[in-house]
Amino acid sequence: MAVQAIETTFGEAPPPRRQRLLEDERWLAFMLLVPTMVLLGMFIAYPFARGILLSVTNSRVGVPGQFVGLANYYKIWNDTIFRTAVYNTFLYTAVTTVFKLGLGLWLAMLLNRDFRGKAFTRAFILLPFIIPTVLSTFAWKWMFDPTFSVLNWVLYHLGLITGRINWLGDPDLAMISIIVVNIWRGVPFFAISLLAGLQTISPELNEAAAIDGAKPWQRFWHVTWPLLLPVTMVVVLFSVIQTFADFQIVYVMTGGGPANATHLFATYAYQIGVGTGLLSEGAAISLAMFPILFLVVIIQLLYIRRVEVR
Amino acid sequence: MGQVVLRNVNKFYDSVHAVKDVNLQIRDKEFVVFVGPSGCGKTTTLRMIAGLEAISSGDVSIDGQVVNNLPPMDRDIAMVFQNYALYPHMSVYDNMAFGLKMRKFARREIAKRVQEAADILDIGDYLKRKPRQLSGGQRQRVALGRAIVRHPRVFLFDEPLSNLDAKLRVQMRVELKKLHQRLGTTAVYVTHDQVEAMTLGDRVVVMRDGVVQQVGEPLDLYNSPANRFVAGFIGSPAMNFATVTMMDGNGRLTAKNAGLELEVPQSQIERLRRHVGREVTIGIRPENLHVATNSDPAGFTFPSKVEVVEQLGSEILLDVRVGADTMVAAVDPTIRARVADQINLAVNPARLHFFDAQTELAL
Repeated sequence: MAVQAIETTFGEAPPPRRQRLLEDERWLAFMLLVPTMVLLGMFIAYPFARGILLSVTNSRVGVPGQFVGLANYYKIWNDTIFRTAVYNTFLYTAVTTVFKLGLGLWLAMLLNRDFRGKAFTRAFILLPFIIPTVLSTFAWKWMFDPTFSVLNWVLYHLGLITGRINWLGDPDLAMISIIVVNIWRGVPFFAISLLAGLQTISPELNEAAAIDGAKPWQRFWHVTWPLLLPVTMVVVLFSVIQTFADFQIVYVMTGGGPANATHLFATYAYQIGVGTGLLSEGAAISLAMFPILFLVVIIQLLYIRRVEVR
Repeated sequence: MGQVVLRNVNKFYDSVHAVKDVNLQIRDKEFVVFVGPSGCGKTTTLRMIAGLEAISSGDVSIDGQVVNNLPPMDRDIAMVFQNYALYPHMSVYDNMAFGLKMRKFARREIAKRVQEAADILDIGDYLKRKPRQLSGGQRQRVALGRAIVRHPRVFLFDEPLSNLDAKLRVQMRVELKKLHQRLGTTAVYVTHDQVEAMTLGDRVVVMRDGVVQQVGEPLDLYNSPANRFVAGFIGSPAMNFATVTMMDGNGRLTAKNAGLELEVPQSQIERLRRHVGREVTIGIRPENLHVATNSDPAGFTFPSKVEVVEQLGSEILLDVRVGADTMVAAVDPTIRARVADQINLAVNPARLHFFDAQTELAL
């Protein structure tokens, strides 16, 4: 029987060429990767390469431009607004990440408990994340508006202030304002992601630690935090990248003002490149972000790998 | 010392009454096993002793001190969990040392105790490993080690062997028994496995639907079960039950149904006489049945038809039909029985059990 079966397969005509190609796993793998490669190439690699080329010319809107070497980088290096934007971006990213992590973790721990209406609350928490950022930021802009500010109204009626606070007109207050909005928008992502991480930690571990004599704070520090660390690192990584390249909140709230005091990399690059039409200089500004983000990503990925191997 | 007393302990989850009026005195150095089907409240009771579950009403006291409102860490207990609950990010050494570190023991004392426990449990070679680099049996030992190093007043075990394979389970069962003999610490052990309960427990507590059915030494439960549930739960294969009617004839009592007619032994007649004319449940353990020979008195034999033959090597289990009932008989391995054979079975008269058909209590 077996011999016969083998003979019959030998006797059959060879499969057509197209089918044979699909049988080859390397060829099939390549075919399956093509759509992704095309998309990534068109929307990531090409603009990125084009950006680099643009940043070493002196092209403007309507002017093709010529090769000028690193002149644009030299120019922005001596640009005080650019320096402010760099400082702002670091401050903005650092402060918001710390708060988002702290508040997000706190919320996640609360939501991890059992209470009535748990599912509803969890869904509700996600709202700031779901609403399109531009829309919610416009709402915030009204809340910070010097004339119509609901914040001023509340503070005034509580007797905490006597005059109007010009939230977005003062450089420091404007910075604080956009930081607040970013935290408000970012906390749900942290909370929900960390909650998912918390739920993978067996409650038995906390019970074992409780019996072992660990107080609540010690249980968090010795058991929950180390086990949550891989998730935390991934969430922080995503958040840092997003925040570092943030555009919408600043663009809507202050437009980089007052007097260019709240520019970030992205908004300043936009203002120079698109607003002013100095395409090459704008490209240089946005590319200046790249080495920093690249470093952050490398460090964090290495760290995540180390934590996961442990 | 390690005396645990439960007085009228109850547990409610919203409207569910999970544990009902449990009263129990666990003596110092005693090994007490809670056994019952899942959802019978045994684990909840253990967790109330541990302090992981609030007590709805009643008192739990350890060495005379009511501990209802003491957090787990202040009860001087150690617990071994079903899934081991080892800290995955810590080495075996740190897992065992954690409880001592939290209690601020000196570093040298910690090292000494961990080494001591590691020697007892034979895990000295793995102290630097992480839990996930260990096999199930090794993890179980580490979990035991974590409990031992603390020198607690009471050990609490929550189905600690249920995740091990059958062979390892038997081995760990023996080691647990030895460990208890060596350390002498009071132990409260929860399991759904009646063999574990019988082999480990100095006393066994059988629970069902949150109610304690019987407390006693393993052989007491086996020989004189308090009710039909305990009778059916303790012993393997499980006891056979048949509904019979008590008949009085010429001063002799017989238990009778469509396929069965058994004489009531002399010693039980007095107790059962008042049930004449009523239905009772008769209980016969498979190991108390054998294939009838000429020496068996006629009143204690009955005909049956073989339906399944299970060869276990050391014995043969015959699944037989007796009238409308099916029964299991554990018979001598030399018996040659085939499916559909008609055979006469004989019962050991001293080993007959009778239960009230309504209340299910032993008669």
